[in-house]
Amino acid sequence: MIYADNAATTKMSKRAIEAMLPYFSEGYGNPSSLHSAGQRAAEALVSARKRIASCLNALPREITFTSGGSEADNQALLSAARLGAKQGKRHIVSTAFEHHAVLHSLKRLEEEGFSVTLLPVPENGILSAQAVEEAIRPNTCLVSVMYANNEIGTIQPIAEIGAICKRKGVLFHTDAVQAVGHLPIDVEAQHIDLLSLSAHKFHGPKGVGALYARKGIPLMPLIEGGAQERGKRAGTENIPAIVGMAAALEETCAGMEERSARLKVLRDRLIDGLREIPHSILNGDREKRLPSNVHFCFEGIEGESLLLLLDDRGICASSGSACTSGSLDPSHVLLAIGRPHEIAHGSLRLSLSEETTEEEVDFIVQSVKEVVAYLRGISPVWRDLANGKKQFILS
Amino acid sequence: MVLYSEKVMDHFRNPRNVGVIENADGVGEVGNAKCGDIMKIYLKIENGIIEDVKFETFGCGSAIASSSMATEMIKGKPLSEAMQLTNRAVAEALDGLPPHKLHCSVLAEEAIKRALEDYCKKNGIQFEGIIPASCDSEDHCG
Repeated sequence: MIYADNAATTKMSKRAIEAMLPYFSEGYGNPSSLHSAGQRAAEALVSARKRIASCLNALPREITFTSGGSEADNQALLSAARLGAKQGKRHIVSTAFEHHAVLHSLKRLEEEGFSVTLLPVPENGILSAQAVEEAIRPNTCLVSVMYANNEIGTIQPIAEIGAICKRKGVLFHTDAVQAVGHLPIDVEAQHIDLLSLSAHKFHGPKGVGALYARKGIPLMPLIEGGAQERGKRAGTENIPAIVGMAAALEETCAGMEERSARLKVLRDRLIDGLREIPHSILNGDREKRLPSNVHFCFEGIEGESLLLLLDDRGICASSGSACTSGSLDPSHVLLAIGRPHEIAHGSLRLSLSEETTEEEVDFIVQSVKEVVAYLRGISPVWRDLANGKKQFILS
Repeated sequence: MVLYSEKVMDHFRNPRNVGVIENADGVGEVGNAKCGDIMKIYLKIENGIIEDVKFETFGCGSAIASSSMATEMIKGKPLSEAMQLTNRAVAEALDGLPPHKLHCSVLAEEAIKRALEDYCKKNGIQFEGIIPASCDSEDHCG
């Protein structure tokens, strides 16, 4: 099997699994318990928080553990909005191609009377910091812009946006779920007030993530109950998962530069190979994208059938975001960068990992070429395009 | 596979009756590229019997499988029988489709009925089938 869907989830690292195992067996105590079994778990929790904070250049108390990226996004947005409302600020700036965890939270806030500006995204998938600055009003309480897009992998000018927000006195949240492990994060240097991350995107376990919130920003608990996470998230802590996340994060941050350089070579080889397919287009800027991300549209075919046939050849890929697979609408990200519906339906996302080899990349290129040609051969849309009855949209 | 039945996957992987019939007696095309599905059916009809049928489909796995199954179900059948084809019968023959993919079987029924209607019109025959709600308009996406 060739796994090229690392933006959906990743294989757990051995080091993370090994770090977790003791906390299922002998280290099973509840960190809220005063006895030694509980205190052993509490020590693991303190250590994990410290190590995760250190990877982000944050303070341990600024890290709150959550069930994953979606919960962190929800909590960040709802908390910042509540704080803004107290100061009479009820306007939020974000972008049209955020993850649904952000977009749906914003929808909820709109229903509660907040006004939301969703900035349009240029065709290259990279927002300008100036556009963010221009959208900020005197009553803006929050700016939320993702670090790297989950579908097309484009990298946003986070540090610049952070500096603008700091200057204007507006809180800045970034959904860094796709960026962690691929791009440097320094919440001080990048002026980030709130940041979401998810362990299973960087070879950690599923069901655990974290929300960084700069000290002084009160978080609103989404789950009420005990005093865990200093009252910001009730429920007994998932110690094995938290320990696994800390181990995975340290590992991924330590090897980032070397891995990124190697991945970029593979990514560019994949892009060059797929660009040979006529009437196709690379989505998102060629350079300012995650080193792991390749995203194409192919005219005249539909993405799901492409995925299923690639799967038959042992290639695991994705068409847009896995979260959209239950829906028939094309990806909101592709529509946001201006792809017409009929083109957006024919999309393919390939996301690599450090285990990806050059041979695998070459096999993917060959397979995609063959499957696209086959599907075009049975497509009435392609026949009309090839016969000149309809005009090609992609050159 | 959780999403699709073995039957759907079989018809998707090895679609029956793919292709084009030159100078077909009846042609029907339905769907919209904007919605992500287009089906085109070609019929060869002799003495009131569907001698041959071919299809072309732009769409997801269940759209290709539905076209394939629908063509199998009418091949060699008299026109009167082909006109009775329903989307439900296509979906059942595929051992079911996920709820959000049922429109693919509707599209298959409609494409075949359009092709039959085309044949009837060309030959001055009263068309007796019922064309289901149109899938052509963009309002029907999803």
